[in-house]
Amino acid sequence: MFQIRIHGRGGQGVVTATEILSVAAFLEGAHAQAFPSFGSERMGAPVVAFCRIDDKEIRLREPIIEPDALIVQDPTLFKAIDVFQGFRPNGYLLVNTNRSFADLHIADQAARLPKGHARTVNATELALKHVGRPLPNAALLGAFAALTGVVHLKSVVDAIRQAFPGKIGDANVAAATAAHDALVREQAAA
Amino acid sequence: MLKQIEGSHAMAETIALCRPEVVCAYPITPQTHIVEGVGDLVREGVLKNCEFINVESEFAALSVAIGASAAGARAYTATASQGLLFMAEAVYNASGLGLPIVMTLGNRAIGAPINIWNDHSDAMSMCDAGWMQLFAETNQEAIDLHIQAFRLAEELSMPVMVCVDGFILTHAVERLDIPDQADVDAFLPPYEPVQVLDPSAPISIGAMVGPDAFTEVRFLQHYKQTLALRRLPELAAEFKERFGRDSGGLLRSYRTEDADMLVVAMGSINGTIKDTIDEMRDDGFNIGLITLVAFRPFPTAALRELLAGRKNVVVIEKSFAVGMGGQLANNVDLALRNTPAAPHVHSVIAGLGGRPITSASLHRVFRRAEAQPWEGPHFLDLNEDIIGKELHHVRKVRRSGPTAENLLRRLGESRTAVS
Repeated sequence: MFQIRIHGRGGQGVVTATEILSVAAFLEGAHAQAFPSFGSERMGAPVVAFCRIDDKEIRLREPIIEPDALIVQDPTLFKAIDVFQGFRPNGYLLVNTNRSFADLHIADQAARLPKGHARTVNATELALKHVGRPLPNAALLGAFAALTGVVHLKSVVDAIRQAFPGKIGDANVAAATAAHDALVREQAAA
Repeated sequence: MLKQIEGSHAMAETIALCRPEVVCAYPITPQTHIVEGVGDLVREGVLKNCEFINVESEFAALSVAIGASAAGARAYTATASQGLLFMAEAVYNASGLGLPIVMTLGNRAIGAPINIWNDHSDAMSMCDAGWMQLFAETNQEAIDLHIQAFRLAEELSMPVMVCVDGFILTHAVERLDIPDQADVDAFLPPYEPVQVLDPSAPISIGAMVGPDAFTEVRFLQHYKQTLALRRLPELAAEFKERFGRDSGGLLRSYRTEDADMLVVAMGSINGTIKDTIDEMRDDGFNIGLITLVAFRPFPTAALRELLAGRKNVVVIEKSFAVGMGGQLANNVDLALRNTPAAPHVHSVIAGLGGRPITSASLHRVFRRAEAQPWEGPHFLDLNEDIIGKELHHVRKVRRSGPTAENLLRRLGESRTAVS
């Protein structure tokens, strides 16, 4: 089982991101369970949502306590909450930022992960460019596919189109693809 | 058809497949997505011959369902928590009049203190109101139970509550198999009422009944529920034959064959318990699980047969009767009444007001039931630190203030101290 925890702020599409990710996994024939943290969510408040992916039925109903992957939609959260709680030592970390891990004061945590497991992507900038709104979730899912290989970009794209048909879907697909390709280029260069 | 879909939306699609003719809706978290979903299907014309009635309260929602059902329509509504309390009088009327309404309960705690999260307090508050109550373990079962609920309700002319854990199931997006319309139609024939208000053949429903017949009306209500004890397993078998899935029935066993310890639980927590049992089995701990589907009627005989001869029974439940203990544990005790060498029953109260029930905590409490048994209810993951401080404060100060606010402040203080 692969467990993903997405941290963000109310209004950033955190819950939608886990749902789209679960659909992407479903399209590949996997079992997936997406669920929110069930708070009274307010715009701007810290929000967390979860996604489990497995090749068999998922029976577990507890919140994700030891995530294999962390997606952080807002880098200011590192100062507000313990994002790394329960994070697995060989996990994947994906942060939406244009700054370095050192600038975010999480260089130590990033350095402890296996090589190439901690990455940043400027998802907000890509979202502004392609979608016209600062909603980083689709771009981060594209980057997640490149980083982990748990789902393919094509499945993420199909899942985005299923959630947002038409022009909005096209724009989010463009953001996801750009983020994915940026990460692949960086990985090739490294 | 397999879909990756939110539990609530899958339930809405399935309820539409059951062809309700009147749906009464009043929104309350966490049930809202279900009636919204049904409303969309009516508006889009997917669900035909259905009147979707927006009402002004939960009391009105069930009252309109009662009127619709008495007029011969297949009637459906949904609610949760305080919504169920607000319709309480109508809840008793629906069952007392023998009207086969199906209602989804998106299980949620009851205030005060106000809390929107999941537990089973709402279902328990109305468990003796004469409705049958079926608890879904998964979203797939939630879908399937609705189809069976309409069939059972209409066969016996008695209302059924389908209890679905709020948020944990209603808001989870999962892979679910939505049945085909043809299969649902074959399983669930059109509603043929046993009593109907029809201007062309006038009758009255709802007469005043005095001491000379009130007991007999109640007895026949009870008798219908005893019939349901037999019908539920038959319907589950017929359902499996058509749809290929084990859903419903009275109860299900998991790894019980040689188990010294059996866990008894209802609803979505059973999945986490099964994972925990698999791990404990790997460590040589002989433990199994009974998942109760039917809470009303209570499957006393079936449960007694499975529990007899075991050493320990751990009852885990998401509700608590203040001053008494766990209602489910109490009912399990009842099933063991007058049983020679009855197992030791350990009562665990867990998941109140949405507190997550983790596999780690379940491991601990199952092992503790064997090593250090307790009397009375055990509150899983109780924060004894803030309770101790609050009790001390209450003893010292007469105007000690509101309990909930005091505890929240203490929680804040202890968190600040940690970080």
